[in-house]
Amino acid sequence: MSSALNLAHEPVTKIPMGKLAMWAFLASELMFFTGFFGAFIVLRNSNYTVFGEGSHHLNVAMALTNTFILIGSSLTMALSILNLEKGNVKNFRLFLGLTILGGFGFLIVKYFEYSGKWHDGLFPGQEHHTLFFSFYFLMTGFHALHVIGGVIPMIFMWLKSFTKSGYNHPVKVETLGLYWHFVDLMWIFIFPALYLMIPYHAAAGAAVHH
Amino acid sequence: MSTAVTHSSEAEHAEHAEHAHDHGHDHAHHDLPWYRKYVFSTDHKVIAKQFMLASLIFLFVGGAFALFLRWQLAYPGQPVPVIGTLLPSQWVDNTGAIAQDFYYQLVTMHGSIMIFLVIIPLAVGMFGNFCIPLMLGTDDMALPRLNMWSFWLVPPAGVIIMSAFYVDGGYAAAGWTSYPPLSGVINSPTFTVSGQTLWLIAVFLIGFSSIMGAVNYVTTVLNKRAKGMKLFDMPLTIWGLFITAIIITLGTPVLAAAIAMLFMDNFFHTSFFLPDNLIAHTRHGIEAGAGQPVLWQHLFWFYSHPAVYIMILPLMGIVSDVIATFSRKPIYGYKAMVFAIAGIAFLGFIVWGHHMFQSGMNPLLGTTFMLSTIVIAVPSSIKVFNWLGTLWRGNIKFTTAMLNALAFVSMFIIGGLSGVFMASAPVDIYIHDTYFIVAHIHYVLFGGSLFGIFAGIYYWYPKMYGKMLNESLGRKHFYWSFAAFNATFFPMHIIGLGGHMRRIHDPSIYEFLKPIEGWNKFVTIAAIILGFSQLFLVINILWSLKYGKKAPRNPWRANTLEWAAPPHPGHGNFDRDIVVYRGPYEFSVEGRELDYWPQWEPGKSISVHHHTIVVDEKQESNAFGTH
Repeated sequence: MSSALNLAHEPVTKIPMGKLAMWAFLASELMFFTGFFGAFIVLRNSNYTVFGEGSHHLNVAMALTNTFILIGSSLTMALSILNLEKGNVKNFRLFLGLTILGGFGFLIVKYFEYSGKWHDGLFPGQEHHTLFFSFYFLMTGFHALHVIGGVIPMIFMWLKSFTKSGYNHPVKVETLGLYWHFVDLMWIFIFPALYLMIPYHAAAGAAVHH
Repeated sequence: MSTAVTHSSEAEHAEHAEHAHDHGHDHAHHDLPWYRKYVFSTDHKVIAKQFMLASLIFLFVGGAFALFLRWQLAYPGQPVPVIGTLLPSQWVDNTGAIAQDFYYQLVTMHGSIMIFLVIIPLAVGMFGNFCIPLMLGTDDMALPRLNMWSFWLVPPAGVIIMSAFYVDGGYAAAGWTSYPPLSGVINSPTFTVSGQTLWLIAVFLIGFSSIMGAVNYVTTVLNKRAKGMKLFDMPLTIWGLFITAIIITLGTPVLAAAIAMLFMDNFFHTSFFLPDNLIAHTRHGIEAGAGQPVLWQHLFWFYSHPAVYIMILPLMGIVSDVIATFSRKPIYGYKAMVFAIAGIAFLGFIVWGHHMFQSGMNPLLGTTFMLSTIVIAVPSSIKVFNWLGTLWRGNIKFTTAMLNALAFVSMFIIGGLSGVFMASAPVDIYIHDTYFIVAHIHYVLFGGSLFGIFAGIYYWYPKMYGKMLNESLGRKHFYWSFAAFNATFFPMHIIGLGGHMRRIHDPSIYEFLKPIEGWNKFVTIAAIILGFSQLFLVINILWSLKYGKKAPRNPWRANTLEWAAPPHPGHGNFDRDIVVYRGPYEFSVEGRELDYWPQWEPGKSISVHHHTIVVDEKQESNAFGTH
């Protein structure tokens, strides 16, 4: 009798459970980074010079490289979803693999960037550390954690696709893709805020120094 | 039952096969190892019970802490009676009196435990998990495994926050609000773990648990409603929890961000919240100042003011359901109630500055926050008047659940009115950080939230455990709690207006506080009675579990879907298909023999001059004994 029960019917909104939950979670994530950006705006306005000098120490070339890597990985992510939906497992593997590579690439560049900062004594507790670098490590650090959090399930899906049963859950890949695009988007905000927005008179002051 | 599925379309058949398969699993559920059934269970009802157990334990820890600090305020410097010399040496001096350091830890931990480990897990964790799938007529949450994790972050958080006992300096002591510089200045090298560090980690974990739960609730409400159930067919309990989940989704991450920053200040000695010159005097190592303590207050209250509504909106919903059921009347102004909840939630996000009138703020901004805060009185009053309108000329049944719900309404009025005092900046400047605010917060959080929680426990216990709670023990619990509660917290208004500061270890050293010494003793005695009254609840819960009367399927003759389920539902909840035919409050419908009309029973009615009249009543010939 009870096997005829139909309580767990199709989602009312037609959006799959995991995907809808991901949208809600991303709203939450957005507010998480908003907390950082809010604090950044407030403290930047009261510490113009410190923030300007800090910005000068950052490596724009590396960050730009990372920006292209992440945007590229968002594209390959979308392509991997498309291919899985079409049933083209080979291309799914290829593009998901490229996305994973992108994630690792981003983290490797980040590693070199961080070690440069360590070398220059800019870490918390080191002698040249300023409030700007507190924000730098806070925001890029949490962003990097999000990159790692995205790459791990990708690796799982990718490896699973080589097993006998394969991996055939396009909706799950799509849901992860939503997350990955969000991580990408956050970087698009972090990059200019930290690397490019150099306060006018701080830049002028720095120019005099050099 | 087979007729129930004949209307399903061709496309759904494939799904049916899948679900038949799922239910096969449910029957095999008994084969799950014990730790999957009782510990790492994905069943929402088990998770609700886990939240209930964990939070009730913490309720007693937090309560015991409150009694310690009450003792010190009434009898400063005197040994704690009976157990004084048995207490750990970090807590008391050698006579057995509360040590000054420990007093501030008590204040901090009482607040933190009660808010983060008792009220929020009970209101949102327990009721959210128990009520949402059942009242929506579905088998479980949208994402059961995520749900399991949302609980299993809480016990570690509890252990972490309590483990500060073993750390140098003891528990966190900067108040539950953890204002820097007090919470950010630790006179130690970097990378040392203090009570404050552990507090931050624990609250971060609880916040993460809340967000995971909330994401699940939002998804479940939007996606898993029973056939025929429109959003405006949902009981107000679900509306309260749904809107609370939205607040958690948007507010809690901001606290998480602030905590991440304060953690860095603590652990890595950054200075997001610490100004320049302060650091030079107090901290080892690098002097990197330039931060702002008030920034923490903004970020903290951006979450923590909405959190006040996280702690009350679910209970407002629950109380609405209890009042309608025991007045045998439709809720007065159902849609107005929904919009009032939404209005409170929205306004809750733009009022946080009223906690900071004394912190240094542009007076114009203060005025803005004052006005937005006072506006909250409008939706709050709508709710109160609608509760009264529901009760008006109702056929009122004074069950224990109803008594607690009525206490909620009346105590919420007092707490709400004292809130208007503090919302007004000029008045607040006088009563800020006095016992007046302590009275207010307890009228809202104990008189409101906790009585609401009691109402919910008495109301749903039969569905949770399949047994009725003992009404006479329940009444004793209610009357003792209600009297002792008012004796404890009402005089605090007077103490506060007398100038008694919120967090002082020894009021006897101030000449101007001498006249209220007597009140302090009175309050402490009442608080002890209040604390011990809660034993009635524990005894009742445990006694009824074994000896309670077996609960019928629908003991309160209520309309909502959880009462269509068997008394102690197993995995999968329902033994029948659920189709929703009407709203949740069709009580005393004209032309109908019974004074209630469950949402799942077929039949038609029309509305004439705001009266619902039965047109076609098909009494369901079922064997489920819904009547």
